[in-house]
Amino acid sequence: MLRLDGVNVTFGDRRALDGVDLEVADHETVCVLGPSGSGKSTLLRVVAGLQNPDAGRIWLSGQDRTELPPHRREVGLMFQDHQLFPQRDAGGNVAFGLRMRRSGRQETRERVAELLDLVGLPGAQRRTVATLSGGEQQRVALARALAPQPRLLMLDEPLGQLDRGLRERLVVELRALFRRLRTTVLAVTHDQGEAFVLADRVVVMNEGRIAQAGTPLQVWQHPASEFVARFLGFDNVVDATVHGGTADTPWGRLPVPDGTPTGGCKLLVRPTGVRLTALEDGLPCTVEARTFRGGDAAAVTLLLQPEHGPRLEASCALREAPEAGESVGVTFDGREVVRLGP
Amino acid sequence: MGQGVDLARREVTPGKDSREGQTAGQQHREQREHRDSPEHRESPEHRARRGNAGGALRLALMAVPVAFFGLFFAYPVAAIVGRGLRTAGQWHPGRLGQVLADPDVLHVLWFTVWQAAASTGCTLALALPGAYVFARFDFPGKQLLRAVVTVPFVLPTVVVGSAFLALLGRGGALDEWFGLRLDTSVWAILLAHVFINYAVVVRTVGGLWAQLDPRQEEAARVLGAGRLTAWRRVTLPALAPSVGAAALIVFLFTFTSFGVIQVLGGPRYATLEVEIYRQTAALLDLPTAAVLTLLQFAAVTVLLAVHARTVRRRQSALSMVPAAQTARRPQGRGQWALLWSVLTVVALLIVVPLAVLVERSFNGQHGYGLEYYRALGSVSSSAAFTVAPVAAIGNSLAYAAVATCIALVVGGLAAAALTTRGGGGAVGGLVRGFDSMLMLPLGTSAVTVGFGFLIALDEPPLDLRSSWMLVPLAQSLVGVPFVIRTMLPVLRAVDVRLREAAAVLGASPLRAWREVDLPLVRRALLVAAGFAFAVSLGEFGATVFIARPDAPTLPVAVARFLGRAGEVNYGQAMAMSTILMLVCAATLLALERIRTDRSGEF
Amino acid sequence: MSKHALRTTAAVTAVLALAGSLTACGGSDAGSGEDSKTVTLLTHDSFAASKPVLKEFTRQTGYKIKVLRGGDAGAAVNQTVLNKGNPQGDVFFGVDNTLLSRPLEKGVFAPYRAEGLDRVPGGLQLDKGEHRVTPVDSGEICVNYDRAYFAKKKLDPPETLDDLAEPQYKDLLVTADAATSSPGLGFLLATIDEYGKGWKDYWKKLKANGVEVVEGWEQAYNDRFSGSNGGKGKGDRPLVVSYASSPPVEVLGKKPLPAQAPTGIAKGTCFQQTEFAGLLEGASNPEGGKALLDFMLSKKFQEDMPLQMFVNPVRDDAELPELFAKYGESVDDAATMAPAKIDEHREQWVKAWTSLVVK
Repeated sequence: MLRLDGVNVTFGDRRALDGVDLEVADHETVCVLGPSGSGKSTLLRVVAGLQNPDAGRIWLSGQDRTELPPHRREVGLMFQDHQLFPQRDAGGNVAFGLRMRRSGRQETRERVAELLDLVGLPGAQRRTVATLSGGEQQRVALARALAPQPRLLMLDEPLGQLDRGLRERLVVELRALFRRLRTTVLAVTHDQGEAFVLADRVVVMNEGRIAQAGTPLQVWQHPASEFVARFLGFDNVVDATVHGGTADTPWGRLPVPDGTPTGGCKLLVRPTGVRLTALEDGLPCTVEARTFRGGDAAAVTLLLQPEHGPRLEASCALREAPEAGESVGVTFDGREVVRLGP
Repeated sequence: MGQGVDLARREVTPGKDSREGQTAGQQHREQREHRDSPEHRESPEHRARRGNAGGALRLALMAVPVAFFGLFFAYPVAAIVGRGLRTAGQWHPGRLGQVLADPDVLHVLWFTVWQAAASTGCTLALALPGAYVFARFDFPGKQLLRAVVTVPFVLPTVVVGSAFLALLGRGGALDEWFGLRLDTSVWAILLAHVFINYAVVVRTVGGLWAQLDPRQEEAARVLGAGRLTAWRRVTLPALAPSVGAAALIVFLFTFTSFGVIQVLGGPRYATLEVEIYRQTAALLDLPTAAVLTLLQFAAVTVLLAVHARTVRRRQSALSMVPAAQTARRPQGRGQWALLWSVLTVVALLIVVPLAVLVERSFNGQHGYGLEYYRALGSVSSSAAFTVAPVAAIGNSLAYAAVATCIALVVGGLAAAALTTRGGGGAVGGLVRGFDSMLMLPLGTSAVTVGFGFLIALDEPPLDLRSSWMLVPLAQSLVGVPFVIRTMLPVLRAVDVRLREAAAVLGASPLRAWREVDLPLVRRALLVAAGFAFAVSLGEFGATVFIARPDAPTLPVAVARFLGRAGEVNYGQAMAMSTILMLVCAATLLALERIRTDRSGEF
Repeated sequence: MSKHALRTTAAVTAVLALAGSLTACGGSDAGSGEDSKTVTLLTHDSFAASKPVLKEFTRQTGYKIKVLRGGDAGAAVNQTVLNKGNPQGDVFFGVDNTLLSRPLEKGVFAPYRAEGLDRVPGGLQLDKGEHRVTPVDSGEICVNYDRAYFAKKKLDPPETLDDLAEPQYKDLLVTADAATSSPGLGFLLATIDEYGKGWKDYWKKLKANGVEVVEGWEQAYNDRFSGSNGGKGKGDRPLVVSYASSPPVEVLGKKPLPAQAPTGIAKGTCFQQTEFAGLLEGASNPEGGKALLDFMLSKKFQEDMPLQMFVNPVRDDAELPELFAKYGESVDDAATMAPAKIDEHREQWVKAWTSLVVK
């Protein structure tokens, strides 16, 4: 469906996109993850035609579209701040794309009603943009982007402006919607939770380059590099030397999964792999901080300072959690140890 | 249909939405920051490629305004100056020195500067409290009152003159009640100027004041500053550029004041503009008139340059909130006293002269009645025109309508040229230069322009002397700057990403401009048209030269009637002034209802 | 509300603009359409002619007459100079001997020898050779006084220019701006003729004696003079620069006729004035203009003039109305000045006078 081939975009002396190769298959939802400035928005703009690449080609449905102006590319783009047309009402906004494609009046009217129903704003055609709340504007923007039935729908931080509760509910519903409509979606976000729920595949970007691509599970289980690991929220990264089924780390010997190649590398220990035991049974640590994170898992995150080695992040259930200042022992579960890329 | 996703159920109340929590100003600033982020800056190659197209477009857009300006402003003015300073093909720059050394001329110059400064001072003194009241207080009838104080600004100056004559002159209201005659003193002129320019200060300074976030002052007070200190250190520096800009505008308008001085000044008080008129019309002394024109030109250019700098500084970062949020009902005796005193000033200064004008128009020789209005409908044997004065009303409306169309086209094109991007430094500088140039008619002597039309546009292919187009052309010269100044901020504020959104949805660039820019701009176009219409209706200095006797305009007719003795003539002048006032006021009220936001520099 | 209002306003504006442009077009067309049958007379505010006389003109020549008044004499003359070659009318009436040189020099008039010129004394025909202008009326510019005021104050009214500077006449005189008003200019020239080089000192004395200067003769006479309106004038000044024929005007319409006119003239302050008319160069109806000039020298018009414009006819066989004979005073030695001299110095005299007296 979409293919980017070696796309370069430079602003001044800064590379916004650096040799990006990306493929999105039909009906697939791909989320591009990355911190600000990693080039995610530029990627969308390049695909939409709002930004010309300095090098590389863009293929849509098997055809080279690099030279085509944006109004002929037939992709949908939902902007980060919606960009609803202020002088039109909700119905006028949604109908815009249909008008550009010269649909009949009756047909347009029906489709607008259908879409507004779909996004959960039935009968909102006459409402002016100014009277819509943030969430409602979001949905009108979505309906507007969906109206002309684009082959590829692109979303720039689709849920970025909403508060947490709404975000969590919406992301699930968006996924169901895209599934139902069988739309190909390319979404951009900095929130990995959102990306993981929404996406079939996840692409992590850093400084204009793709750091890792894969299904959410793949990326989560096996982050390719320290950057990806840290971006996903894992902080327990250390240098290590692997030989014979264990690794030498500043925290002592860690078990590693089978098949881990020997030699120097970086190791990640997921917080759930850090087990608390009696002080004498493992690596002695002091509990520096204890944070209750709420949510439905009722987990507690502990920040541990071991005797030797950098700080450790551990996660445990509420009833087992020690208090700050206590001393505990720590062992590591080999299944939660991951070797990071070079 | 609705079974797939039912987001409505999960609707969050608006208050909780984090977006709503931000103020419009902060949102706007964030949008601006985002727009300026690297992703939106282009690479040099692309800027160059796009730039050439953009530059060509800008120059093309500028072509019509420049041609208009060259033909109908630069050429006539140059003709006058040439006539004045050149005899038998020889330039006489010495005349400049001659005229400038003349003590009478220096006296006129001194008086012009003095009365402009005094008028500005008086206006600021009276209007700043008014600005505060309009900005921060909420009281019933506020909208209406704001429209009322703006009426004087769009009134033709001749009408203002006659209103004050009716109030302060011989046999005027003040004369009858208190035996006080002010028309022989300079106070009449000063008061008339305050009357006209009150609205300028209230709207520009008041508009900004209303948008200043009051929490800034509160923050200062929490940090330990007393009330006055907080005001002095926080609000005043934010207001100062705006006050300066308003003062400059008022100074500019009073410096070039003509109709008021002509009617109220008598032969004793003359400003540069009036003196130019005398030299041209009464004495046919073109050399002196030419030199005085150049003098006024120079002074106005300096003023405009200073104003441009001040306006630019005004746009620096300020914490702004929507105006509606800061207005409150007055609390406490101090605030109520302030409100009442401002209302009194407005009533005395603005409402009373207008009321007197209306009263005089009905106060006939045999008591109150429509005598003078009826007289307007007939051609009297001692008439100054060949048509009934009531025809002047139709003429004025027609001329003003045509002038508005011309001003909209020329001004609109110029504003578009100024806000289109592309073309690099050279084209940009050129275009900005034209922007300043198009403001010049505001400050050049209207008399010079009118007279220049007569002597410059007298040969084919431009022999327009007997054409009715001459009057609208002269009037549009004054309307164009108003159109540009109203359209510019709106055009600038159009978010380029709206156009991008339209493009992605399938709109070609032209279509996108039509669908996105045009609706946003339509409102501003109407406001600009309204201003241009009102200003054209009131144009006097140039029209008095070029209006044919069989097609007079209202201001010219009023001036002629005022210049003749006799009750009937005076009454007819009052009646026509009243009609003119009503038309302008109606236009203004219509404008007020269309304008929603405070964009625009007026 | 907004959309609806926008549309309505736009519609209204469009209609207005359309109607307006049609009116404007119509207005100018109507003007040019009647050219062949209408003669346009440009003049100053003081022109007046009785309706029967104007009707007589139409009856005799078939032309209808349209009168356009352009302000004070000076302003009206200047307009003709400004519009040279493209005049707004066919004939101009109202340029007098003080202002004559300027339009003649600029070639504003086309030569035409009017019928009836033989009956006009040679002394009044200032453009004898070329006949670019035709003398139509004459009179004197004199200081008028209000008899009632002086009688009440038991004061002798002034008789000469010197008197006007005397302290007992302080704050009593009003005159018009010499730059635009022909009485004002005439009075100035009278003083220059009298005092020669010392005229500025005289005016300094006059200024110290409280002379008031207003825009035009109309204001001076109708608004500021206490003797106008049959002696019950609105103003408070009993001395005004006006015409020798002004006193008979005050008697007009009074029943019963009084023994004396309520105003009188100071004979020593007079200046001789002749008014001319001329065919404008580039006129659209030159034939009609010529006919009008002939008519202006006809007995009928000449005899109608005194009671309309309060001037003396130039035709020697025109009879003066009884009112003039009874209440008018003849002035024998009014000051005069050669047009050439006026032409040479007028600008600097007026300028000097303005800075001396007006500023």
